[in-house]
Amino acid sequence: MTEAGAPAARRGALNSEENILAEQEFMPAVRAMVGREYGRVYAWDAVNAPMIRQWCEVMGIDNPLYLDADYAASSEHGGLVAPPAMLQAWCLEGLHMNNYAPGSTDENPYEVLKLLEANGFASVVAVNSDLSFDRYVKLGEKLYYTTRLDAVGDEKTTALGTGYFVTLKMSFFSEKPEGDEQVGQLLFRVFKFRPANPVKPAAEGDSAPAVPKFKRPKPGISDDTRFFWEGCAEGKLLIQRCTACNTLRHPPAPVCSSCHSFDWDSVQSSGKGTIYSFVVMHYPEVPPFDYPNPIGLIELEEGVRLTAGLVGVKRDELAIGQAVQVEFHTFDDELILPLFRPVAQ
Amino acid sequence: MTSKKTKAFDEVLPGQALPELAIPITVQLITAGAIATRDYFPGHHDKDAARELGSPHVFMNILTTSGLAQRYVEEWAGPAARFADLKIKLGAPNYPGDTMTFTGEVSGRDEASRTVQVTLKGKNSMGNHVTGTATLVLP
Ligand SMILES: [Zn+2]
Repeated sequence: MTEAGAPAARRGALNSEENILAEQEFMPAVRAMVGREYGRVYAWDAVNAPMIRQWCEVMGIDNPLYLDADYAASSEHGGLVAPPAMLQAWCLEGLHMNNYAPGSTDENPYEVLKLLEANGFASVVAVNSDLSFDRYVKLGEKLYYTTRLDAVGDEKTTALGTGYFVTLKMSFFSEKPEGDEQVGQLLFRVFKFRPANPVKPAAEGDSAPAVPKFKRPKPGISDDTRFFWEGCAEGKLLIQRCTACNTLRHPPAPVCSSCHSFDWDSVQSSGKGTIYSFVVMHYPEVPPFDYPNPIGLIELEEGVRLTAGLVGVKRDELAIGQAVQVEFHTFDDELILPLFRPVAQ
Repeated sequence: MTSKKTKAFDEVLPGQALPELAIPITVQLITAGAIATRDYFPGHHDKDAARELGSPHVFMNILTTSGLAQRYVEEWAGPAARFADLKIKLGAPNYPGDTMTFTGEVSGRDEASRTVQVTLKGKNSMGNHVTGTATLVLP
Protein backbone atom coordinates (compact mmCIF):
# COMPACT_ATOMS: atom_id res chain seq x y z
CA MET A 1 0.00 0.00 0.00
CA THR A 2 0.92 3.60 -0.24
CA GLU A 3 2.14 5.15 2.92
CA ALA A 4 2.95 8.39 4.59
CA GLY A 5 6.39 9.59 5.10
CA ALA A 6 8.97 7.64 3.24
CA PRO A 7 10.20 7.57 -0.28
CA ALA A 8 9.56 4.08 -1.60
CA ALA A 9 12.73 3.74 -3.56
CA ARG A 10 15.92 5.47 -4.43
CA ARG A 11 16.04 8.41 -6.74
CA GLY A 12 15.76 7.56 -10.39
CA ALA A 13 18.94 7.80 -12.40
CA LEU A 14 17.47 9.79 -15.28
CA ASN A 15 18.79 13.22 -16.01
CA SER A 16 16.37 16.03 -16.72
CA GLU A 17 16.65 15.89 -20.51
CA GLU A 18 15.88 12.21 -20.52
CA ASN A 19 12.94 12.85 -18.20
CA ILE A 20 11.33 15.24 -20.66
CA LEU A 21 11.64 12.71 -23.45
CA ALA A 22 10.38 9.97 -21.19
CA GLU A 23 7.40 12.05 -20.11
CA GLN A 24 6.34 12.60 -23.70
CA GLU A 25 6.30 8.88 -24.15
CA PHE A 26 4.55 7.70 -21.02
CA MET A 27 2.21 10.53 -20.00
CA PRO A 28 -0.28 9.85 -22.81
CA ALA A 29 -0.44 6.28 -21.54
CA VAL A 30 -1.01 7.57 -17.98
CA ARG A 31 -3.71 10.00 -19.13
CA ALA A 32 -5.43 7.30 -21.12
CA MET A 33 -5.91 5.31 -17.91
CA VAL A 34 -7.87 8.07 -16.17
CA GLY A 35 -11.49 7.10 -15.82
CA ARG A 36 -10.74 3.39 -15.99
CA GLU A 37 -12.74 1.15 -13.72
CA TYR A 38 -11.15 -1.89 -12.17
CA GLY A 39 -12.94 -5.04 -11.09
CA ARG A 40 -13.60 -6.53 -7.70
CA VAL A 41 -10.98 -7.07 -5.05
CA TYR A 42 -12.35 -9.35 -2.36
CA ALA A 43 -11.65 -9.49 1.34
CA TRP A 44 -9.81 -12.61 2.47
CA ASP A 45 -11.98 -12.86 5.56
CA ALA A 46 -15.58 -12.09 6.29
CA VAL A 47 -16.07 -9.31 8.85
CA ASN A 48 -15.23 -11.06 12.09
CA ALA A 49 -14.95 -10.45 15.81
CA PRO A 50 -11.31 -11.53 16.36
CA MET A 51 -9.88 -9.11 13.80
CA ILE A 52 -12.13 -6.35 15.14
CA ARG A 53 -11.07 -7.03 18.72
CA GLN A 54 -7.38 -6.98 17.83
CA TRP A 55 -7.76 -3.78 15.80
CA CYS A 56 -9.55 -2.11 18.73
CA GLU A 57 -6.90 -3.35 21.17
CA VAL A 58 -4.11 -1.75 19.14
CA MET A 59 -5.98 1.50 18.46
CA GLY A 60 -6.95 1.85 22.11
CA ILE A 61 -10.66 1.73 21.31
CA ASP A 62 -13.08 0.24 23.82
CA ASN A 63 -16.39 1.20 22.21
CA PRO A 64 -18.86 -1.60 23.16
CA LEU A 65 -20.49 -1.21 19.75
CA TYR A 66 -17.59 -3.24 18.35
CA LEU A 67 -16.85 -5.46 21.35
CA ASP A 68 -19.92 -6.12 23.49
CA ALA A 69 -22.62 -8.18 21.77
CA ASP A 70 -25.33 -7.26 24.27
CA TYR A 71 -24.68 -3.55 23.96
CA ALA A 72 -24.44 -3.77 20.18
CA ALA A 73 -27.71 -5.70 19.95
CA SER A 74 -29.47 -2.77 21.57
CA SER A 75 -27.86 -0.24 19.20
CA GLU A 76 -29.29 1.08 15.93
CA HIS A 77 -27.18 -1.57 14.15
CA GLY A 78 -28.86 -4.48 15.95
CA GLY A 79 -25.59 -6.33 16.54
CA LEU A 80 -21.82 -6.11 16.55
CA VAL A 81 -20.36 -3.95 13.78
CA ALA A 82 -16.84 -3.25 12.57
CA PRO A 83 -15.19 0.09 13.37
CA PRO A 84 -15.77 2.29 10.32
CA ALA A 85 -12.07 3.17 9.91
CA MET A 86 -11.38 -0.58 9.40
CA LEU A 87 -13.21 -0.58 6.07
CA GLN A 88 -10.18 -0.57 3.80
CA ALA A 89 -8.25 -3.06 5.93
CA TRP A 90 -10.72 -5.89 5.28
CA CYS A 91 -9.81 -5.96 1.61
CA LEU A 92 -6.02 -5.59 1.75
CA GLU A 93 -4.06 -8.46 0.28
CA GLY A 94 -2.02 -9.16 3.41
CA LEU A 95 1.48 -10.54 3.67
CA HIS A 96 2.03 -11.29 -0.01
CA MET A 97 1.81 -8.31 -2.34
CA ASN A 98 -0.85 -8.52 -5.04
CA ASN A 99 -2.09 -11.81 -3.64
CA TYR A 100 -5.80 -11.06 -3.72
CA ALA A 101 -8.52 -13.30 -2.36
CA PRO A 102 -10.17 -15.80 -4.72
CA GLY A 103 -12.71 -14.24 -7.06
CA SER A 104 -10.76 -10.98 -7.31
CA THR A 105 -10.03 -9.33 -10.63
CA ASP A 106 -6.81 -10.12 -12.49
CA GLU A 107 -6.43 -6.42 -13.31
CA ASN A 108 -4.16 -4.29 -11.16
CA PRO A 109 -6.10 -1.28 -9.84
CA TYR A 110 -2.74 0.38 -9.14
CA GLU A 111 -1.30 -0.03 -12.65
CA VAL A 112 -0.98 3.74 -13.07
CA LEU A 113 1.35 3.86 -10.06
CA LYS A 114 3.44 1.08 -11.54
CA LEU A 115 3.68 2.96 -14.82
CA LEU A 116 4.80 6.14 -13.07
CA GLU A 117 7.26 4.12 -11.04
CA ALA A 118 8.73 2.60 -14.17
CA ASN A 119 9.31 6.13 -15.43
CA GLY A 120 11.33 7.37 -12.50
CA PHE A 121 8.61 8.47 -10.08
CA ALA A 122 9.53 5.77 -7.64
CA SER A 123 8.54 7.26 -4.30
CA VAL A 124 5.07 7.56 -2.89
CA VAL A 125 3.32 9.22 0.00
CA ALA A 126 -0.32 8.92 0.93
CA VAL A 127 -1.92 12.34 0.97
CA ASN A 128 -5.65 11.87 1.51
CA SER A 129 -7.92 9.15 2.82
CA ASP A 130 -11.54 10.28 2.63
CA LEU A 131 -13.82 7.55 3.91
CA SER A 132 -17.57 7.83 3.74
CA PHE A 133 -19.98 5.26 5.06
CA ASP A 134 -23.41 4.24 3.80
CA ARG A 135 -23.75 2.01 6.85
CA TYR A 136 -21.58 0.10 9.29
CA VAL A 137 -20.74 -3.50 8.36
CA LYS A 138 -21.78 -6.41 10.56
CA LEU A 139 -20.15 -9.67 11.53
CA GLY A 140 -20.25 -12.24 8.75
CA GLU A 141 -20.45 -9.81 5.84
CA LYS A 142 -18.22 -10.54 2.86
CA LEU A 143 -16.79 -7.36 1.39
CA TYR A 144 -15.22 -6.39 -1.90
CA TYR A 145 -14.32 -3.12 -3.57
CA THR A 146 -14.07 -1.78 -7.07
CA THR A 147 -11.75 1.03 -8.13
CA ARG A 148 -11.95 3.96 -10.45
CA LEU A 149 -8.83 5.90 -11.42
CA ASP A 150 -10.36 9.31 -10.86
CA ALA A 151 -7.59 11.74 -11.68
CA VAL A 152 -3.91 12.24 -12.36
CA GLY A 153 -2.92 15.85 -11.79
CA ASP A 154 -0.46 17.95 -13.70
CA GLU A 155 3.17 17.60 -12.77
CA LYS A 156 3.75 19.34 -9.42
CA THR A 157 6.85 20.12 -7.45
CA THR A 158 6.50 20.01 -3.67
CA ALA A 159 9.05 20.00 -0.87
CA LEU A 160 9.32 16.24 -1.34
CA GLY A 161 10.05 16.30 -5.02
CA THR A 162 8.43 16.40 -8.43
CA GLY A 163 5.61 14.13 -9.43
CA TYR A 164 1.90 13.55 -9.81
CA PHE A 165 -1.09 13.48 -7.48
CA VAL A 166 -3.06 10.35 -8.28
CA THR A 167 -6.64 9.98 -7.02
CA LEU A 168 -8.36 6.61 -6.79
CA LYS A 169 -11.98 6.17 -5.78
CA MET A 170 -12.90 2.84 -4.28
CA SER A 171 -16.45 1.67 -3.69
CA PHE A 172 -16.95 -0.99 -1.03
CA PHE A 173 -19.79 -3.51 -1.26
CA SER A 174 -21.23 -6.28 0.85
CA GLU A 175 -22.06 -9.40 -1.11
CA LYS A 176 -25.68 -10.37 -0.67
CA PRO A 177 -27.82 -13.09 -2.30
CA GLU A 178 -30.53 -10.53 -2.95
CA GLY A 179 -28.11 -8.09 -4.54
CA ASP A 180 -24.86 -6.53 -3.42
CA GLU A 181 -25.09 -3.43 -1.31
CA GLN A 182 -22.70 -0.48 -1.23
CA VAL A 183 -21.43 0.11 2.32
CA GLY A 184 -18.87 2.86 1.84
CA GLN A 185 -16.48 4.73 -0.37
CA LEU A 186 -12.88 5.78 -0.16
CA LEU A 187 -11.15 8.57 -1.99
CA PHE A 188 -7.47 7.77 -1.78
CA ARG A 189 -4.90 10.26 -3.06
CA VAL A 190 -1.19 9.67 -3.27
CA PHE A 191 1.74 11.74 -4.47
CA LYS A 192 3.95 9.66 -6.74
CA PHE A 193 7.22 11.46 -7.08
CA ARG A 194 10.92 11.62 -7.75
CA PRO A 195 12.56 12.75 -4.48
CA ALA A 196 14.01 16.25 -4.47
CA ASN A 197 16.85 15.17 -2.21
CA PRO A 198 18.93 12.06 -2.57
CA VAL A 199 18.14 9.46 0.05
CA LYS A 200 20.38 9.81 3.08
CA PRO A 201 22.71 6.95 3.88
CA ALA A 202 21.17 4.24 6.02
CA ALA A 203 24.23 3.59 8.17
CA GLU A 204 23.81 6.28 10.82
CA GLY A 205 24.24 3.91 13.72
CA ASP A 206 21.54 2.92 16.14
CA SER A 207 22.03 6.05 18.20
CA ALA A 208 20.52 8.22 15.50
CA PRO A 209 17.34 9.77 16.88
CA ALA A 210 14.19 8.53 15.23
CA VAL A 211 12.49 11.87 15.46
CA PRO A 212 14.33 14.71 13.77
CA LYS A 213 14.59 17.68 16.10
CA PHE A 214 13.22 20.82 14.54
CA LYS A 215 14.91 23.93 15.85
CA ARG A 216 14.15 27.58 15.42
CA PRO A 217 15.85 28.84 12.29
CA LYS A 218 18.92 30.85 13.21
CA PRO A 219 19.49 34.35 11.90
CA GLY A 220 22.20 34.95 9.39
CA ILE A 221 24.78 37.00 11.29
CA SER A 222 27.10 39.47 9.55
CA ASP A 223 29.53 42.12 10.76
CA ASP A 224 26.66 44.61 10.49
CA THR A 225 24.20 42.61 12.59
CA ARG A 226 26.41 40.81 15.11
CA PHE A 227 25.99 43.51 17.79
CA PHE A 228 22.21 43.04 17.70
CA TRP A 229 22.33 39.29 18.39
CA GLU A 230 25.08 39.64 20.97
CA GLY A 231 22.88 42.22 22.67
CA CYS A 232 19.97 39.78 22.71
CA ALA A 233 22.21 37.17 24.33
CA GLU A 234 22.80 39.68 27.15
CA GLY A 235 19.12 40.60 27.37
CA LYS A 236 19.62 43.97 25.69
CA LEU A 237 17.72 45.29 22.71
CA LEU A 238 20.33 47.30 20.84
CA ILE A 239 19.66 49.79 18.07
CA GLN A 240 22.24 50.97 15.61
CA ARG A 241 23.08 54.69 15.77
CA CYS A 242 24.95 56.82 13.28
CA THR A 243 27.77 58.49 15.18
CA ALA A 244 27.94 61.30 12.61
CA CYS A 245 24.33 62.51 12.82
CA ASN A 246 22.85 60.42 15.69
CA THR A 247 20.10 58.93 13.49
CA LEU A 248 18.87 55.54 14.74
CA ARG A 249 18.29 52.76 12.21
CA HIS A 250 16.91 49.26 12.15
CA PRO A 251 17.40 46.73 10.65
CA PRO A 252 21.15 47.17 10.87
CA ALA A 253 22.93 48.40 7.78
CA PRO A 254 26.48 49.45 6.96
CA VAL A 255 25.67 53.04 6.05
CA CYS A 256 23.49 55.84 7.41
CA SER A 257 20.58 56.63 5.10
CA SER A 258 20.52 60.24 6.37
CA CYS A 259 24.15 61.33 6.07
CA HIS A 260 25.78 58.30 4.36
CA SER A 261 28.31 57.92 7.14
CA PHE A 262 29.81 54.51 7.72
CA ASP A 263 30.42 55.23 11.38
CA TRP A 264 28.08 53.82 13.95
CA ASP A 265 27.61 52.52 17.44
CA SER A 266 24.56 51.26 19.26
CA VAL A 267 22.23 52.33 22.06
CA GLN A 268 20.08 50.18 24.27
CA SER A 269 16.36 50.50 23.68
CA SER A 270 13.94 50.61 26.59
CA GLY A 271 12.13 47.74 24.86
CA LYS A 272 8.88 49.66 25.12
CA GLY A 273 6.84 50.25 22.03
CA THR A 274 3.53 49.82 20.30
CA ILE A 275 2.19 47.48 17.65
CA TYR A 276 2.49 49.40 14.37
CA SER A 277 1.10 46.47 12.39
CA PHE A 278 0.76 42.74 12.80
CA VAL A 279 0.01 39.50 11.01
CA VAL A 280 -1.21 36.15 12.33
CA MET A 281 0.27 33.18 10.51
CA HIS A 282 -2.12 30.23 10.17
CA TYR A 283 -0.90 28.24 7.19
CA PRO A 284 1.27 26.51 6.27
CA GLU A 285 2.19 25.22 9.72
CA VAL A 286 5.95 24.88 9.87
CA PRO A 287 7.64 23.28 12.88
CA PRO A 288 8.70 24.20 15.50
CA PHE A 289 6.39 27.22 15.62
CA ASP A 290 3.03 27.19 17.36
CA TYR A 291 0.01 28.25 15.37
CA PRO A 292 -1.74 30.59 15.02
CA ASN A 293 1.55 32.49 15.13
CA PRO A 294 1.23 36.24 15.77
CA ILE A 295 4.02 38.48 14.49
CA GLY A 296 4.25 42.20 15.11
CA LEU A 297 5.88 45.17 13.48
CA ILE A 298 6.84 47.01 16.66
CA GLU A 299 7.41 50.75 16.77
CA LEU A 300 9.87 51.29 19.59
CA GLU A 301 9.55 54.45 21.63
CA GLU A 302 12.99 55.47 20.33
CA GLY A 303 11.35 55.74 16.89
CA VAL A 304 12.57 52.74 14.89
CA ARG A 305 10.50 49.70 13.99
CA LEU A 306 11.39 46.05 14.14
CA THR A 307 9.67 42.79 13.36
CA ALA A 308 9.33 40.24 16.17
CA GLY A 309 7.15 37.48 17.48
CA LEU A 310 4.36 38.32 19.90
CA VAL A 311 3.72 36.37 23.11
CA GLY A 312 0.83 36.33 25.51
CA VAL A 313 -1.63 37.73 23.00
CA LYS A 314 -5.18 36.72 22.35
CA ARG A 315 -5.98 36.81 18.65
CA ASP A 316 -9.15 38.83 19.04
CA GLU A 317 -7.47 41.33 21.34
CA LEU A 318 -4.60 42.12 18.98
CA ALA A 319 -4.79 45.73 17.90
CA ILE A 320 -2.69 48.35 16.23
CA GLY A 321 -1.43 50.76 18.87
CA GLN A 322 -1.32 48.11 21.61
CA ALA A 323 1.53 48.84 24.03
CA VAL A 324 4.13 46.10 24.22
CA GLN A 325 7.32 45.36 26.12
CA VAL A 326 10.27 43.29 24.96
CA GLU A 327 11.29 40.09 26.70
CA PHE A 328 13.98 37.64 25.73
CA HIS A 329 13.25 33.96 25.19
CA THR A 330 15.78 31.17 24.80
CA PHE A 331 15.10 28.52 22.16
CA ASP A 332 16.83 25.16 21.80
CA ASP A 333 19.28 26.17 24.58
CA GLU A 334 21.20 28.29 22.09
CA LEU A 335 19.14 31.01 20.44
CA ILE A 336 17.92 34.07 22.29
CA LEU A 337 15.25 36.10 20.54
CA PRO A 338 13.44 39.31 21.46
CA LEU A 339 9.69 38.81 21.67
CA PHE A 340 7.06 41.36 22.63
CA ARG A 341 4.25 41.01 25.13
CA PRO A 342 1.24 43.31 25.45
CA VAL A 343 1.27 45.51 28.55
CA ALA A 344 -1.18 48.01 29.98
CA GLN A 345 -1.08 51.29 28.10
CA MET B 1 -12.23 5.04 27.97
CA THR B 2 -15.19 5.74 25.77
CA SER B 3 -17.83 7.20 28.00
CA LYS B 4 -20.99 5.13 27.68
CA LYS B 5 -23.04 8.25 27.23
CA THR B 6 -23.35 9.51 23.68
CA LYS B 7 -23.52 13.23 23.03
CA ALA B 8 -26.99 14.37 22.02
CA PHE B 9 -27.30 16.37 18.83
CA ASP B 10 -29.02 19.15 20.74
CA GLU B 11 -26.10 19.66 23.15
CA VAL B 12 -23.36 19.91 20.52
CA LEU B 13 -22.67 23.38 19.17
CA PRO B 14 -20.15 24.74 16.68
CA GLY B 15 -17.03 26.06 18.37
CA GLN B 16 -17.05 23.50 21.16
CA ALA B 17 -13.57 22.09 21.69
CA LEU B 18 -12.79 18.40 22.03
CA PRO B 19 -10.46 17.47 24.90
CA GLU B 20 -6.85 16.93 23.83
CA LEU B 21 -5.57 13.40 23.43
CA ALA B 22 -1.82 12.73 23.48
CA ILE B 23 -0.75 9.44 21.91
CA PRO B 24 2.84 8.27 22.46
CA ILE B 25 4.21 6.97 19.16
CA THR B 26 6.12 3.74 19.75
CA VAL B 27 7.60 0.98 17.60
CA GLN B 28 4.97 -1.24 19.13
CA LEU B 29 2.06 1.00 18.12
CA ILE B 30 3.38 1.47 14.59
CA THR B 31 4.05 -2.22 13.93
CA ALA B 32 0.97 -3.51 15.71
CA GLY B 33 -1.17 -0.91 13.94
CA ALA B 34 0.22 -1.90 10.54
CA ILE B 35 -0.47 -5.59 11.14
CA ALA B 36 -3.92 -4.96 12.66
CA THR B 37 -4.80 -3.09 9.46
CA ARG B 38 -3.30 -5.89 7.31
CA ASP B 39 -0.54 -3.66 6.00
CA TYR B 40 2.72 -5.60 5.76
CA PHE B 41 4.72 -2.90 3.94
CA PRO B 42 8.26 -3.28 5.37
CA GLY B 43 8.60 0.41 6.25
CA HIS B 44 6.07 -0.13 9.05
CA HIS B 45 7.80 -3.00 10.86
CA ASP B 46 11.41 -3.26 9.68
CA LYS B 47 13.74 -0.46 10.73
CA ASP B 48 16.42 -1.43 8.21
CA ALA B 49 13.86 -1.44 5.41
CA ALA B 50 12.55 1.94 6.57
CA ARG B 51 16.09 3.33 6.43
CA GLU B 52 16.56 1.96 2.95
CA LEU B 53 13.53 4.05 2.06
CA GLY B 54 15.10 7.17 3.52
CA SER B 55 13.28 7.24 6.87
CA PRO B 56 15.11 7.29 10.21
CA HIS B 57 12.85 4.58 11.63
CA VAL B 58 9.60 2.75 10.99
CA PHE B 59 6.72 5.10 10.33
CA MET B 60 2.98 4.90 10.96
CA ASN B 61 0.71 3.71 8.14
CA ILE B 62 -2.29 5.74 7.06
CA LEU B 63 -4.82 3.11 8.16
CA THR B 64 -3.54 3.35 11.73
CA THR B 65 -3.82 7.12 11.54
CA SER B 66 -7.44 6.72 10.43
CA GLY B 67 -8.07 4.37 13.35
CA LEU B 68 -6.56 6.79 15.85
CA ALA B 69 -8.56 9.67 14.38
CA GLN B 70 -11.70 7.58 14.77
CA ARG B 71 -10.74 6.88 18.39
CA TYR B 72 -10.18 10.54 19.12
CA VAL B 73 -13.56 11.59 17.78
CA GLU B 74 -15.60 8.76 19.27
CA GLU B 75 -14.01 9.00 22.71
CA TRP B 76 -15.54 12.45 22.79
CA ALA B 77 -18.80 11.72 20.98
CA GLY B 78 -19.70 8.44 22.68
CA PRO B 79 -20.40 4.92 21.46
CA ALA B 80 -23.66 5.51 19.60
CA ALA B 81 -22.35 8.38 17.46
CA ARG B 82 -22.31 7.07 13.89
CA PHE B 83 -19.61 8.22 11.48
CA ALA B 84 -20.99 9.36 8.15
CA ASP B 85 -17.48 10.12 6.98
CA LEU B 86 -13.88 10.37 8.16
CA LYS B 87 -11.59 12.40 5.93
CA ILE B 88 -7.93 12.80 6.70
CA LYS B 89 -4.93 14.45 5.10
CA LEU B 90 -1.42 13.42 6.06
CA GLY B 91 1.56 15.64 6.72
CA ALA B 92 4.64 14.93 8.84
CA PRO B 93 5.28 11.23 9.48
CA ASN B 94 4.83 9.62 12.90
CA TYR B 95 8.13 8.12 14.08
CA PRO B 96 8.83 6.22 17.33
CA GLY B 97 9.73 8.42 20.27
CA ASP B 98 7.40 11.22 19.23
CA THR B 99 4.02 12.10 20.66
CA MET B 100 1.01 12.97 18.56
CA THR B 101 -1.48 15.26 20.24
CA PHE B 102 -4.98 15.47 18.86
CA THR B 103 -6.99 18.67 19.14
CA GLY B 104 -10.34 19.32 17.59
CA GLU B 105 -13.50 21.34 17.60
CA VAL B 106 -17.05 21.20 16.37
CA SER B 107 -16.96 22.98 13.03
CA GLY B 108 -20.44 22.38 11.64
CA ARG B 109 -23.95 21.29 12.50
CA ASP B 110 -26.87 20.32 10.26
CA GLU B 111 -30.37 20.15 11.74
CA ALA B 112 -31.92 18.25 8.85
CA SER B 113 -29.53 15.32 9.02
CA ARG B 114 -28.82 15.67 12.76
CA THR B 115 -25.12 15.59 11.94
CA VAL B 116 -22.23 17.53 13.37
CA GLN B 117 -18.84 18.03 11.79
CA VAL B 118 -15.65 17.82 13.82
CA THR B 119 -12.37 19.27 12.56
CA LEU B 120 -9.28 17.62 13.98
CA LYS B 121 -5.50 17.87 13.98
CA GLY B 122 -2.90 15.40 15.21
CA LYS B 123 0.34 17.26 15.77
CA ASN B 124 3.77 15.80 16.48
CA SER B 125 7.15 17.46 16.99
CA MET B 126 7.54 17.98 13.24
CA GLY B 127 4.16 19.55 12.62
CA ASN B 128 0.74 18.18 11.77
CA HIS B 129 0.82 14.46 11.12
CA VAL B 130 -2.85 14.55 10.27
CA THR B 131 -5.59 17.09 9.67
CA GLY B 132 -9.13 16.15 8.89
CA THR B 133 -12.83 16.17 9.49
CA ALA B 134 -15.44 13.69 10.62
CA THR B 135 -19.18 13.90 10.18
CA LEU B 136 -21.19 12.23 12.93
CA VAL B 137 -24.85 11.36 13.15
CA LEU B 138 -25.89 11.98 16.74
CA PRO B 139 -28.99 10.74 18.57
ZN1 LIG C 1 24.05 59.70 9.83
